[in-house]
Amino acid sequence: MNQPVNSADIHKAIVEEQAAQDRKKMMLNGVLLLILLAAPFMIYPVFLMKILCFALFAVAFNLLFGFTGLLSFGHAAFLATGGYTTGYLLSNYSGLTTEMGIIAGTLAATLLGTGFALLSIRRQGIYFAMVTLALAQLVFFFFVQSEFTGGEDGMHGIPRGELLGFINLEDNLNMYYFVLVVFIACYLLVQRIVNSPYGQVLKAIKQNEPRAVSLGYNVDRYKVLAFVISAALAGLAGSMKSVVFQLASLNDAHWHMSGEVILMTLVGGMGTLLGPVVGATFVVNIEYQLSQGALRDWVDPILGGIFVLTVLAFRSGIVGEIQKFVKKNLG
Amino acid sequence: MSMIFGVPLAVLSGQLLIGIINGAFYALLSLGLAVIFGLLKIINFAHGAMYMLGAMTTVLMFDYLGVNYWVALLLAPLLVGAFGVAIEYFLLRRIAGQDHIYSLLLTFGIALIISGVLVNWFGVSGLRYAMPDMFKGGVNLGFMFMPYYRAWVIVAALVVCFGTWFVIEKTKLGAYLRAGTEDSQLMQGFGINVPLLISLTYGFGVALAAFAGVLAAPIYSVTPVMGSATLITVFAVVVIGGMGSIGGAIITGILMGVIEGLTKTFYPPASSAVIFLVMVLVLMFRPSGLFGKEA
Repeated sequence: MNQPVNSADIHKAIVEEQAAQDRKKMMLNGVLLLILLAAPFMIYPVFLMKILCFALFAVAFNLLFGFTGLLSFGHAAFLATGGYTTGYLLSNYSGLTTEMGIIAGTLAATLLGTGFALLSIRRQGIYFAMVTLALAQLVFFFFVQSEFTGGEDGMHGIPRGELLGFINLEDNLNMYYFVLVVFIACYLLVQRIVNSPYGQVLKAIKQNEPRAVSLGYNVDRYKVLAFVISAALAGLAGSMKSVVFQLASLNDAHWHMSGEVILMTLVGGMGTLLGPVVGATFVVNIEYQLSQGALRDWVDPILGGIFVLTVLAFRSGIVGEIQKFVKKNLG
Repeated sequence: MSMIFGVPLAVLSGQLLIGIINGAFYALLSLGLAVIFGLLKIINFAHGAMYMLGAMTTVLMFDYLGVNYWVALLLAPLLVGAFGVAIEYFLLRRIAGQDHIYSLLLTFGIALIISGVLVNWFGVSGLRYAMPDMFKGGVNLGFMFMPYYRAWVIVAALVVCFGTWFVIEKTKLGAYLRAGTEDSQLMQGFGINVPLLISLTYGFGVALAAFAGVLAAPIYSVTPVMGSATLITVFAVVVIGGMGSIGGAIITGILMGVIEGLTKTFYPPASSAVIFLVMVLVLMFRPSGLFGKEA
């Protein structure tokens, strides 16, 4: 045991371990990618796309909630704004290609998100949650009363159209791979943001806002930007969802949807990158399974029960708990 | 018929009356939220569900047990309050030291469970609750017709609001509550049973919501989902008024009801949104709320 220790050796060992870990991560990502690529041949693609859209929605929400510590109770407004805008444009302007409609929907949600952010960051903590909820309710009323949304009936028969003018999205496989590419791009973007210096400041704000202020950061600017990015991605999720299902409805704008995305993020693990994806997969599956069986009328109370259980028993969520377990037993 | 701004006086005063009544409900509900917030520092997302439970128990106790309105007015808040104490004791207490976001999410989950279960049992179409006989009819005030029950709702809500304000601001128990808001650890050090105080506070706040529910039963449609939309409006009211003062919560509640009523008279399409628009204005020009001290 008393061998002389060479600092260069230690350094080498650390580098090697890091490289080994990176290799493991790469392999894991590679396996995940293969599964995602092969999935539509085993599972109904529309169901997979539903999961991917909600996963993107939850990833967007988590950027704000999990990494910045801001609990928005109004993210349904962005999902719906994206969906309705894209749906309206694609239904009424046949010259538009699908991606143009989706970009427009995302922009509309971004604009709305900017407004929400500028108003809601004027209050903190639970007031922030209440303000976002109330603003989203305002948006909901607007959609209920507007003609173009179809009110209670919703917007039906949105054409999927052609991507870039030549890829036929009526084909479920084409549609799936398009959604998958967008999802992965957004996921990587969020990963990049979280690991950037900007993301570190967001984490600092989450941990201790007064400290971040006293370190000289213009906290409000960071928070607004995080909110706007989150709203944009949520809008993108809504836009894609309306194209996939060829449908946009008031369900997307309802506060219930804002609650659902919180649940997805919480169950999967807030503040982890993979958590919201796992959570969305979990919640969408549970809802689907329940809706098929004898418990189909009990979806709401069961979701509420999962909420309560998660908060009481495993606040770190599925991914968070696994990470803890791995750290404790294998690290 | 006399007109004001092109609206018949009778219509205007009728809408004003409805506004004041809605405002009385906003006041009762935001008062309960403020009481709970004061000591527990949480926003009770289950508040709408408790309001709904108050109304539902009133209807169900009448339908199945023949319990009359007056007994229900006492019994429903007690039952729902006891339920609230149980929720605090078995659930909220477990996460007392955690970030307040968690207790907010916990109460949200509880609300989902309560309303979800009741929707399964009773559906979403409204249950009927017959107006108690003694409240049938009304009195003609010359410029408008005033139904007795509406007058009663206003009186009852104001009395309860004022009573709550009095207890919290002027009595020893209220002093404990206010002290607990400032520093509950120090209170504990003085030998006051803070956990019990917290349970009772939550129970009381919830009972206020249930009381509003009983008042609402004869005039609103009683459904398992009646609480959620109301609660979101009440949140906006709370943001407008700030939860710093009990009096502020009451005044803001009634004021917002009146504004809503006036909007219904002059520009009906905006009536459901007007309180939220006021909230936006308040956030822009007075972000801490009309009566709030902190942001």
